[in-house]
Amino acid sequence: MSVRRLAEKQPDSFAFTAENLAWAKRQMEKYPPGRQQSAVISLLWRAQDQCGGWLPQKAIEAVADLLGMAKIRVLEVATFYTMFNLAPVGKYHVQFCGTTPCLLRGADGLKKVLHRLIGEENEVTGDGKLSWVEVECLGACVNAPMVQINADYYEDLTPETLTQIINDLSNGKTPKPGPQVDRLNSAPAGGLTTLAEKA
Amino acid sequence: MAKLIVNGKEIDVPPEYTLLQACETAGAEIPRFCFHERLSIPGNCRMCLVELVGSPKPVASCAWAVRDCRPGPKGEPPEVRTRSPMVRKAREGVMEFLLINHPLDCPICDQGGECDLQDQSMAYGIDGSRFRENKRAVEDKYLGALVKTSMNRCIQCTRCVRFSAEIAGVPELGATGRGEDMEITSYLQEAMTSELQGNVVDLCPVGALTSKPYAFAARPWELNKTESVDVMDALGSAIRIDTRGREVMRILPRTNDDINEEWISDKTRHVVDGLRTQRLDQPYVRDNGRLRPVSWNEAFKVIAQKLARANPKRVGAIVGDLAAVEEVFALKDLMTRLGVGNLDCRQDGSALDPKWGRASYLFNATIAGIEAADALLIVGSNPRREAAVLNARIRKRWRTSNFPIGLIGPKVDLTYTYDYLGAGPETLADIARHSFADAMRQAERPLLLVGAAAFARPDGAAIAALAAKAAVDLGAVKEGWNGYSVLHSAASRVGALDLGFVPGEGGLNARQMAASGTLDVVFLLGVDELEIAPGAFSIYIGSNGDRGAMRADAILPGAAYPEKSAIYVNTEGRVQMATRASFPPGEAREDWAILRALSDVLGKRLPYDSLAALRQALFKAYPHFQRLGQIAPGDPADVHKLAQHRPGTTERAPFRSSVEDFYFTNAIARCSAVMAECSAIAAGRVAMTAAE
Repeated sequence: MSVRRLAEKQPDSFAFTAENLAWAKRQMEKYPPGRQQSAVISLLWRAQDQCGGWLPQKAIEAVADLLGMAKIRVLEVATFYTMFNLAPVGKYHVQFCGTTPCLLRGADGLKKVLHRLIGEENEVTGDGKLSWVEVECLGACVNAPMVQINADYYEDLTPETLTQIINDLSNGKTPKPGPQVDRLNSAPAGGLTTLAEKA
Repeated sequence: MAKLIVNGKEIDVPPEYTLLQACETAGAEIPRFCFHERLSIPGNCRMCLVELVGSPKPVASCAWAVRDCRPGPKGEPPEVRTRSPMVRKAREGVMEFLLINHPLDCPICDQGGECDLQDQSMAYGIDGSRFRENKRAVEDKYLGALVKTSMNRCIQCTRCVRFSAEIAGVPELGATGRGEDMEITSYLQEAMTSELQGNVVDLCPVGALTSKPYAFAARPWELNKTESVDVMDALGSAIRIDTRGREVMRILPRTNDDINEEWISDKTRHVVDGLRTQRLDQPYVRDNGRLRPVSWNEAFKVIAQKLARANPKRVGAIVGDLAAVEEVFALKDLMTRLGVGNLDCRQDGSALDPKWGRASYLFNATIAGIEAADALLIVGSNPRREAAVLNARIRKRWRTSNFPIGLIGPKVDLTYTYDYLGAGPETLADIARHSFADAMRQAERPLLLVGAAAFARPDGAAIAALAAKAAVDLGAVKEGWNGYSVLHSAASRVGALDLGFVPGEGGLNARQMAASGTLDVVFLLGVDELEIAPGAFSIYIGSNGDRGAMRADAILPGAAYPEKSAIYVNTEGRVQMATRASFPPGEAREDWAILRALSDVLGKRLPYDSLAALRQALFKAYPHFQRLGQIAPGDPADVHKLAQHRPGTTERAPFRSSVEDFYFTNAIARCSAVMAECSAIAAGRVAMTAAE
């Protein structure tokens, strides 16, 4: 983790789409009057979605205005949570887990792949399609090593399978999320070892 | 009450007390950084750890209530230890962590010598560092013209963040990032806008936020500290003037719970450089349109010649906003001896008159009384600008519990929410039928705050009667509570009104005196906010070369407020004495002494040769001035009588505030470069770029 600042290049304006605004209003109604600021994370998350995966300054200010909060209070939230990206990311944003279990299972090999195929951490490829960032544990240790690409987990990776996934993504194909080996979710690899018979 | 044993001593404290408060009651000192009596409790510095017997870990005493402590196994009271080896070890550990990322800047740090971290590290610090890694580095932030930052030193106590959000009511500071990367900043490093921002420098327990105008100017141990009273507004905030030699280096607040708690406004604090610039340090007389430096004797001779030829009916005297009681008394005395009846202390044209009784012009509810009030109606005032510290008090009350506030006057951001009732006198006349009136009537102690500007209109007398009538109608004046409160903006006003410095029988008021052709000679005791029409020979007695001195035909250099021992009466009617911290520059003299010397030349010698003798005469004539720190309360009957007045009709013009530019309200402030910069930032004229 490092000091997080707003991106230098910022769009001139931000406004929620009509659909997102209606959704935001519904979120705010969940809270009692005067406590609308409780919705700040949901709204920021929606704004990030709308902006293609990152939060411009104007979006932070729009959320502050909508919730009647001081701008600095929303900025505090946006800079606190690392899942709010303060600079543009690629269309496919790879969050690569570098924590101990993944590392023990070969995450450093995946990191080399990311460096080779995408480039430096936190940089977007020229075509705007890919970017990657190293994050702390994403909680899929049983299927280590793994990465998260946008909303999906890709697990049980090897340098080869990760290369395949990234190539597929940049060629417009949709790789199958989940474990990339022969197993269902986090069931044992190679079939069940217990409770194998039907009851 | 709950029983508690602190270091073996049994004490009885209210159960809602925190352990920290309880320990202090028992006489045990608890070190702290983040905790502050007037701010919310965050409990993040961990310096106040104490041992709670039975608890496996030390507890943060600032965030642990007495009622949360469990009794001992045999039902004995909970026991707290503040000097045990466990406590010592815990605090040493905390201190070591705090110092890990704290630079060893003390020799070049402005906080050195008055730094909480420095002081406490003497008690709990270790002599070396076990930290071999890199220290964290944080970019310095731009926060405006008054607060200098050195963010490497920040220990993230968040006192400044809490102050700006809670007390100042302008939430512009925050902590961005997290963990090691947490930083205190304003939003995108915009300049702070609060009128109380200077207080974050006092609150900062380390040298992260220091005073920008005072940067590298002096060390605390070089300074002589004089306790005094502020005159930048009519509150009379308690201040401490720090001087080195003859020079005033800085002004800090003192605690006075009756008035300013422990805050002062930025104008009070940073007007200091105005005391050094454009000072009048020798007498001047205007010859052929140009001011010529002269000796005191020559200046007096010129004045005596002018007066000898003038009819007393065509001589006048006006008192400005910063004058102390003594000089007003001496001036009145001299004018009486000269047979002059054209006196006025209301240069803004206010209609307030001592003949209506003292309660008609005092802040009767008292400043501390704001906290006892349970409804507030503000008329013709912007308290945030006219008395920033008082506004913080209103905000404090508003935060505590339900506090309906109504406003008639300019619609501005007051840092709290209010019902906007209307802009002008017609709303005030109709207030009894307004829906907000119910909130006032239901209240036990409703407060009606009327700004000075409401009276400073051609229809001021009618407004005063209307306001008094509203106060009576809404039940603000009753047995044991007088909620009719006038908020003055001039430090001299109440004292001068007490002295009756208003036109005598057939005398002219300030506006008439300022008009063309009414006077031949006019004495101006620090009058800078009133334009005197050409024609009259104007004698300006004051400290700074400002508007009054520009216009003057004779200038008699006087002492500014830190340079004289003087009595001031604040808007509540509280008599306070300012102490001399420094000396007037050059030939300048204390104002009363100038008047005494002049009286001799005029052949009307005032019968006091010393300040003590003057005060004796003053106390004899007006005994209430000798009760320092106290208020001689006004008679509520005065307000009832005022409500019966029918002095003409009101106009339709909306109310305005008496303070247009907070940073430029008097001659000293207008001479201050720091105030000018603040004013420019406030006006948005300066591009708010981050400091390099």
